[in-house]
Amino acid sequence: MKKLKSLFRIFLSMLKIGAFTFGGGYAMIHLLDHEFVEKRGWLEKEEFLDLVTIAESTPGPIAINCSTYIGYKKEGLIGATVSTLGMVLPSLTVIYLISLFLDAFMASPIIAAAFKGIQACVVFLIFSAGIKMLKKMKKTPFNLIALSVTLISMMLLSLLSVRFSSIFYILIGGIIGAIIYTVGYLKRKSADTSEVSK
Amino acid sequence: MITCLKLFLTFLKIGAVSFGGGYGMIALIREDCLKNRWLTEEELLNFIGIAESTPGPIAVNMATFVGSSQYGILGALAATLGVILPSFVIILLVVSLLTQVLKYAGVKATLASIRPVIAGMIIATAVTMFLSVMLSVNAVDSSPSVDIRAVLIFAILTIVHFGYSRWKKKSLSPIVLVAMSAVLGVLLYGI
Repeated sequence: MKKLKSLFRIFLSMLKIGAFTFGGGYAMIHLLDHEFVEKRGWLEKEEFLDLVTIAESTPGPIAINCSTYIGYKKEGLIGATVSTLGMVLPSLTVIYLISLFLDAFMASPIIAAAFKGIQACVVFLIFSAGIKMLKKMKKTPFNLIALSVTLISMMLLSLLSVRFSSIFYILIGGIIGAIIYTVGYLKRKSADTSEVSK
Repeated sequence: MITCLKLFLTFLKIGAVSFGGGYGMIALIREDCLKNRWLTEEELLNFIGIAESTPGPIAVNMATFVGSSQYGILGALAATLGVILPSFVIILLVVSLLTQVLKYAGVKATLASIRPVIAGMIIATAVTMFLSVMLSVNAVDSSPSVDIRAVLIFAILTIVHFGYSRWKKKSLSPIVLVAMSAVLGVLLYGI
């Protein structure tokens, strides 16, 4: 009974956050902090910071990563399921309802004109999301080269209409990073052992 | 039903390899939607605009939207389940079994080297969209035609955005920008 109550609590909290946060995962982190650290005390501040690091460094939507983590910490696998369900349900409902009426909406010339404006805005938003990431990034030679190579080759291939899935950029970036790390590690290790043998 | 499976698998793939939240995902969503002819570039931009101005995670909103546009409620469920499943499983693994995995220097180095790639992907997607929507350039041999009104809206947003963040030291909410551009759209295209 106590567990059921706790599950219900998790579900409602996530439902609320999923229904009222605009602007995606990063905007949500602040609300999660308020709800689960300050108000409910389910997580320590430090654990919450860990959670944010984990959510950012694992793939997938940040909000889903957070809700799965918090639900699991509180009530195990069922908790994680209930929590993620709560987070997703508002999106699913709202967007599905909008998609039912969108075509009828777009038939109105005024709405269609408004969306012409919104299209320009979305291009701007994506631009500024990219620039923001660029600003936050450490400007090491590796990072700058990786960024420019990705940027230029993606642009070129798209203009030349060559199909090349972006997944490969992600994989290649990760593999090169792992190789550089391994080479550095082995070098350091052999330097250490040669010093010891002297 | 094959559409449903395809939606599920496509979004499963996107959920499994995309880092950096909703925007990191847009390059991948765009590619697959255009490749499968699910959406045109303009429909995609409309969807992102709506996903950005409605509550909830952008990635989930986008998955639901694309799914629903192709196969109604079943499509919406298939795509949404696909996009959240990898997150769900990976987080459970990290929390329960691999609690130390993200602390290894090698894992950190690998993840850190993905970050600039994502930034490059996001900027490249924005530039490609700019060329295609505002200048009608989709390939090297397409003849450009400038949509002056769209470029004007883009310029106004840029000025307002940077002006505001200089003045207030914080950035404007995307919803304000979306609302503003909708008004500008009505003024410039509707009348």
